[in-house]
Amino acid sequence: MVKPNKRLPGLESTPAAVTPPRNAPAPFPAKPKLSSSRKRRRDIPEGLWNKCPKCESMLYDKELETLLNVCPKCDHHFSFSAKERIQQLIDAETFVETHPHLSSVDSLQFTGTSSYASKLDKHKKTTGLHDAVITGTGNLDKHKIALAVMDFSFLGGSMGSVVGEKITRIIELATSQKIPVLIVSSSGGARMYEGMFSLMQMAKTSAALAYHAQKKLPFISILTHPTTAGVMASYASLGDLIISEPQAMIGFAGPRVIKDTTQAELPPGFQTAEFLLERGLLDAIVKRSELKSYLSHTIGFLRGES
Amino acid sequence: MKHLLEFEKPIADLQRKLDELRSHSEDHKLDLNFEEEVRCIETKIEETRRQIYAQLTPWQRVQLARHPKRPFSLDYIHRAFTDFSELHGDRLFADDRAMVGGFARLGGRRVMVIGTQKGRDTKENIARNFGSAHPEGYRKALRLMRMADKFGLPIITLIDTAGAYPGIGAEERHIAEAIAVNLREMTLLGVPTIAVVIGEGGSGGALGIGVCDRVLIMENAYYSVISPEGCASILWKDRSATEKAAAALRITANDLLEFGLVDEIIPEPLGGAHTDHDTSIQSLRTVLIRHLDELQAVPNEDRLRNRYAKFRAHGRILEPVSA
Ligand SMILES: [Zn+2]
Repeated sequence: MVKPNKRLPGLESTPAAVTPPRNAPAPFPAKPKLSSSRKRRRDIPEGLWNKCPKCESMLYDKELETLLNVCPKCDHHFSFSAKERIQQLIDAETFVETHPHLSSVDSLQFTGTSSYASKLDKHKKTTGLHDAVITGTGNLDKHKIALAVMDFSFLGGSMGSVVGEKITRIIELATSQKIPVLIVSSSGGARMYEGMFSLMQMAKTSAALAYHAQKKLPFISILTHPTTAGVMASYASLGDLIISEPQAMIGFAGPRVIKDTTQAELPPGFQTAEFLLERGLLDAIVKRSELKSYLSHTIGFLRGES
Repeated sequence: MKHLLEFEKPIADLQRKLDELRSHSEDHKLDLNFEEEVRCIETKIEETRRQIYAQLTPWQRVQLARHPKRPFSLDYIHRAFTDFSELHGDRLFADDRAMVGGFARLGGRRVMVIGTQKGRDTKENIARNFGSAHPEGYRKALRLMRMADKFGLPIITLIDTAGAYPGIGAEERHIAEAIAVNLREMTLLGVPTIAVVIGEGGSGGALGIGVCDRVLIMENAYYSVISPEGCASILWKDRSATEKAAAALRITANDLLEFGLVDEIIPEPLGGAHTDHDTSIQSLRTVLIRHLDELQAVPNEDRLRNRYAKFRAHGRILEPVSA
């Protein structure tokens, strides 16, 4: 069923349909059993080793997994799926996903080289996701939080109506439950296939954050590689704290566009997290292995807990 | 004729014929057919114009929206408004001349008017950065909007930009953050706000002054998440697919009205705003005053709730019916 979203401002009262979630609060799927994945990997021996793109070390799959996909030699942060991120940050068995079944529609009937609908189908199959974000509530070291985690593997983490809607709903839920919001971003920007509907998600999510902030609730924006364009120009830039993983690429325009427009050489390290820390955008760069404790301390501090 | 668009040529050809005829009127003084011939060509011009403009393609509208002779923000500000008093600077870094703003009156009503500004010639375009603002522009706009809020002045923004500037300095001073903050803060402004896309509505750079109670658009303006050129080179890997991209993105005023993404289309004179500034300016002024008076009659609390609900409702999703 296609329906334009008619939900009105969930400023004071988020409709009951949102909390508790309409769909049975199934706990987030447990970590895949190692036995089965080990078996699968034995069948495909080349999957056992990963070459680090930065230091070229050969890294054993299982070791990488226990290190949260971070190279032990050079600290390179490999990509991390939304599911892995949630497992990392949220206490076991406490994650309750919200609106997992929202999915995108080809509302423009986009006539491109390949249809939007077929792209969606393909990405749903290859990623096992419905769209580019997973939202829900859960405990982070016992602090109840609202969480949205983007997944770059789904259409480059692009923001269309579903991403905007799920993020807006989780912010509204946080506003009504008076809990902090954490958004882990990873996105190439607005989703072209949804035209102006995509652009409007920037306004929608930022508006929801305005009312969350008005209640003096914390919002922490966590940037991961890469976070750019429309996502960066909306919620990702609006955190009380904006933190990033090391070496993440962060910016508004793509480096090629900037080069073509300005005909200038880009400064070294341009648009990296380190560059932006120096230029005053970021509060901190936090390694993946330290992220959970960093967030836990910060939330505890902001909430006045000892 | 300078700045002639491809599809305007048949009209220009007829016009030239007419001009030639008239310049030779001395020779034809005694020709009884002269007056009739002139009338005939004039009728033909009207017909041709009507025909062409009744079936403009999205790409042709983009060309009209970008027409270098189109009225720009300051043309509207100086002529649809009175007593404009320009205010400069973001109090942080610079005065971005691609974004103008200041006090003005609209039919006697005190307002704050803000707009992205293109240049009329090369020299002015360099000063105005071709209408693409840096972070300073968005921060200046926000400073003026907050001042308007403080003094109870309704805010009118005029949007005409290919997009926020993709430059090194813009990134170093966090243009994404500047836009994002505007989106959030405009949500809570306690005065009536109206945005009008008068020419190009280029993505985040347009939205950065566009989160308003009413979003209006001129008949031949466009508003898009990405430029047709950018979309063509990303999706088709081919710049010559620009025309296709312009159609696929659904960026014309009619498309946006149909999707509920704009509230009203402001009519332009036949042939486009660049052919008749006076009529375009009057057209915008009339519609603006009507919306402003409507909004001022709404209690602030309701207006804020409506503003939120308006942007909240944008988007098309597939949601399973709850069991
Ligand atoms: Zn390494």
